[in-house]
Amino acid sequence: MQIIRQPKLYDVCIVGSGAGGGMAAKVLCEAGADVVMLEAGPMWDAAKDSKMSAWSYDSPRRGAATPSKPFGEFDGCLGGWDIDGEPYTQAAGSTFDWFRGRMLGGRTNHWGRISLRMGPDDFRRKSLDGLGDDWPIGYDDIKPYYDRLDRLVGIFGSIEHLPNEPDGVFLPAPKPRCYELLIKQAADRLKITCIANRLSILTQPLNGRPACHYCGQCGRGCATHSNFSSPSVLLPPALATGKLRLITGAMAREVLTDPSGLATGVSYVNKADRRDYAVRARIVVLAASACETARLLLNSTSGRFPDGVANSSGAVGRNLTDSTGLGVTGHIPKMEHGVAHNEDGASGAHLYMPWWLDNKNLDFPRGYHIELGGGRRMPGFGVLGAIQRFNGVGGYGTSLKEDYRRFYGATVNFAGRGEMIPNPDTYCEIDPNVVDAYGIPVLRFHAKFSDHEVLQAKHMQETFRELIHTMGGTPLTPMPTRAENYGLENVGRIIHEVGTTRMGSDPSTSVLNANCQAHDVKNLFIADGGPFVSNAHKNCTWTILALAMRTADHIARARNQGTL
Amino acid sequence: MVSNRMRRPDAGGTRMSRRRALALLTAGPVAAMTWTSAEAEQAHEHATQARAQAQPASAYKRKFFTAHEYATVGVLVDLILPRDERSGSATEAGVPEFMDFMMVDQPRRQVAMRGGLALLDTLSQARCGKRFVSATDPERRALLDEIAYTSNADPGLSHAIAFFSSFRDLTATGFFTSKMGVADLQYVGNVFVADWTGCPDAALEKLGVKY
Repeated sequence: MQIIRQPKLYDVCIVGSGAGGGMAAKVLCEAGADVVMLEAGPMWDAAKDSKMSAWSYDSPRRGAATPSKPFGEFDGCLGGWDIDGEPYTQAAGSTFDWFRGRMLGGRTNHWGRISLRMGPDDFRRKSLDGLGDDWPIGYDDIKPYYDRLDRLVGIFGSIEHLPNEPDGVFLPAPKPRCYELLIKQAADRLKITCIANRLSILTQPLNGRPACHYCGQCGRGCATHSNFSSPSVLLPPALATGKLRLITGAMAREVLTDPSGLATGVSYVNKADRRDYAVRARIVVLAASACETARLLLNSTSGRFPDGVANSSGAVGRNLTDSTGLGVTGHIPKMEHGVAHNEDGASGAHLYMPWWLDNKNLDFPRGYHIELGGGRRMPGFGVLGAIQRFNGVGGYGTSLKEDYRRFYGATVNFAGRGEMIPNPDTYCEIDPNVVDAYGIPVLRFHAKFSDHEVLQAKHMQETFRELIHTMGGTPLTPMPTRAENYGLENVGRIIHEVGTTRMGSDPSTSVLNANCQAHDVKNLFIADGGPFVSNAHKNCTWTILALAMRTADHIARARNQGTL
Repeated sequence: MVSNRMRRPDAGGTRMSRRRALALLTAGPVAAMTWTSAEAEQAHEHATQARAQAQPASAYKRKFFTAHEYATVGVLVDLILPRDERSGSATEAGVPEFMDFMMVDQPRRQVAMRGGLALLDTLSQARCGKRFVSATDPERRALLDEIAYTSNADPGLSHAIAFFSSFRDLTATGFFTSKMGVADLQYVGNVFVADWTGCPDAALEKLGVKY
C-alpha cells in the first residue's frame, strides 16, 4: 500500500480530540510542543451547529431519534451505536453496545457533565475486598490534577467531607428543583445520602466562559460554552498557541514503529479521498477511546510486535468494563396538576445520591450512585407515552386530554450507575474476518456480567422502588426477574467503557506503567479510559481528564529533562 | 399561565441590539461575561427568530397514507384529542401531517399502522356495515369504547387494542409537541435564564417542600 508520508516531524501525535486528547493537546501545546491531532470525525462548532433552544415543533420529527442521532435529532453528538461503514461484531452469546463519537471533541459532546472524582478506596479495591486489581497510583497522586482540572473547567458541587467521595474546588451548586426536594425528603427518610450534584456546568463565569443560562439542553451542545466539552474548553487554548495542527476526517489505521521498537508516528485514512497518509512524531499519545485505542494497538502488528504494539502482556483489549446501569420511573400523584413553572435548570439533576452503604454487609462487592430526574421537561417525541400506565386504562376524548394534563411532569426517575469488576469473559479483540469501509479490521466483543453486577442491579431496583413508594408513588414498570438480570442494561450501554490498556507495575499483566506510558514502547502513551485498572461508579470522564493532564505533564517534564 | 422566567426586576425594558445578541450567542471562550436578564432574553429571541427564518412554512404533501387512510387518521386523532376550552383538536395541531411524516421517517412503523387502520375498518364493517369514516359519531364511539381501553381483556380484540394504544401514543406526541400542545401543558421553559433562583413558592408549597 502506498502511504503519503508528510515530511514534518512533530513532537507529539495525538489520536482523538475528546476528553483525553483535548487535555493532552492543551497541556503539551502550552508546554511548547508541536502537536498534530487526528480526529476521525468532522469539525463541529457548538456556537453555529448546536440545536440549543430549538423547540420540538421546529422539526417535523419532533425530536425523535434517527439512526445517526440515537438520543434524538437535536442531540449534539455525531456518531451513535451504529455508524455507516464502521461495523463491530459480537462473539456468540455476547451483546456489547458500543457508542462512538465521530466529531471534533468526540464523546465530550455526549454526556451528562456528571464529574465525579474517584475516592481513595477506588484505587485499592483489591486490597480491600480481594477482587480485581489495585491501581499503581493512589488518590494522593491524582488529587492535584483533579484540583487543577476543577479550576480550569469549572464544576459545581457542595463540600460534604464524605470519605470516598472527595470534594472538589466547587462553584456554587444551583438550588434543587421542587421535585428534587421531594426526592430528598424520601431519601432522608430512607437514610440515603442525597447531596448537590457535581456537574461541569458553570454557575459563575470562569476563564472567559459565561455562566449557564439554564435552558436544560446541555446534550445539544452549548452555544455559549457554559458547560464542558473538549472544543469549548480545551482545544481553544491549544489552538491559540499556534502549535496545534488539527486533522479531521482522519481514521487512524496503525501506530508506526521502527526496528528499535519505538513509535515513529501514526498512519491514517483520509476519509475525504480514502487514501492512506502518515504523520511522523517523536511521541504518540492515543486517546481514541478505550476500545478504539485497543483496536489501533491490536491492528499495529509487525515482526517485532506480532500481537500488536504494546501488547507483550496480551492485556490489550482485556479487563474491559462499563458502568452497570438501569433505571426505574415512578408516577408520583403528589406531582399531578403541577404548578406551571420553568424547571429546566442546569440540564442534569441538581442533586444526586452517592453510594451510602458498606458492601461488607451486602451480597455484592461494589457500590453505585443514583442519578435522578423527572418533572416538567420540554415535551418531546414520546411524551406521556403509554398513558395507560398512569390512568390504568388509556381511553380517548376529553377525559383523556385532561389525563395528559394531569400526569404531565408527575414522574420521577432514578438511574443507577455502578461498578463492574473486570472479568475474563469481557474483552474486545480483532475480528479475523471483518473489516470496515476503510479496510481496517474491526473489533469483536465478548461481554458477560457476573453475579457481582446482577446482585447489585437487584439492590438498585429495590432501592429505586422503595424511593418511589416512599414518595407515595408507583413504579411504571414491574420488577424485572433474575432471568432478566434485574433490568441491567447491556455492557457498553452506559458508555463508560474503560480498562482495555490498563496501568500496572507488572509488565506481564498490564499495558502501561504508572505514567500511562507503554511498558513496551517508551514513547507511546495512552490518555483515554484505557488506562483504568478498575471502573468506580464515578462516571469516568473526570478521571480521564485528570489522568490525561498528569500524563501530559509527565511527557512535558520528561522531554524537558531529556529523558524521553 | 404562571411563569418564572427569572426576570430581574430592573431588567424588563432593556433592549439589546441584534448585533449584540448575535455577539453573545456566538461568543467564543474569549469573551468573559455574565448574562443579564435582558441579554439572555434577547439572545434567546434571536436564536428563535434565526431558526424560524430558516424554515419557511409550506403546505404539507401527504406521502404515506392513502386518501382513505388519511381521512380515517383525521377522524381518529380528533376522537382521541378533541378541541376543548383549553386548546384545539389534534387535526388543528397538525397531528395527521406529523403521523404521515413519521411513517416515512421510521418505516418500521408502516405495516402496523396500515394494518391497524385496516383492522379498524374491518371491525367497523362488522358492527355497522360501514367503514370507520362513514360511520356515525355514536357508531365510531361505540367501537372505540371497545378498543380504546386496555382494561378490556377480550382476546378477540387484543390486536385492535394494541394498535389503538400505539396510535394514541403517536397522537399524543404529535399534539403535545406542537406549539398548541406545549402551551396546553403549560411548559414554560426553553428560555434563557440569567439567574437560577430555584422553583417558585407556589410549586414548593404544592409539594410540601422548602429551601
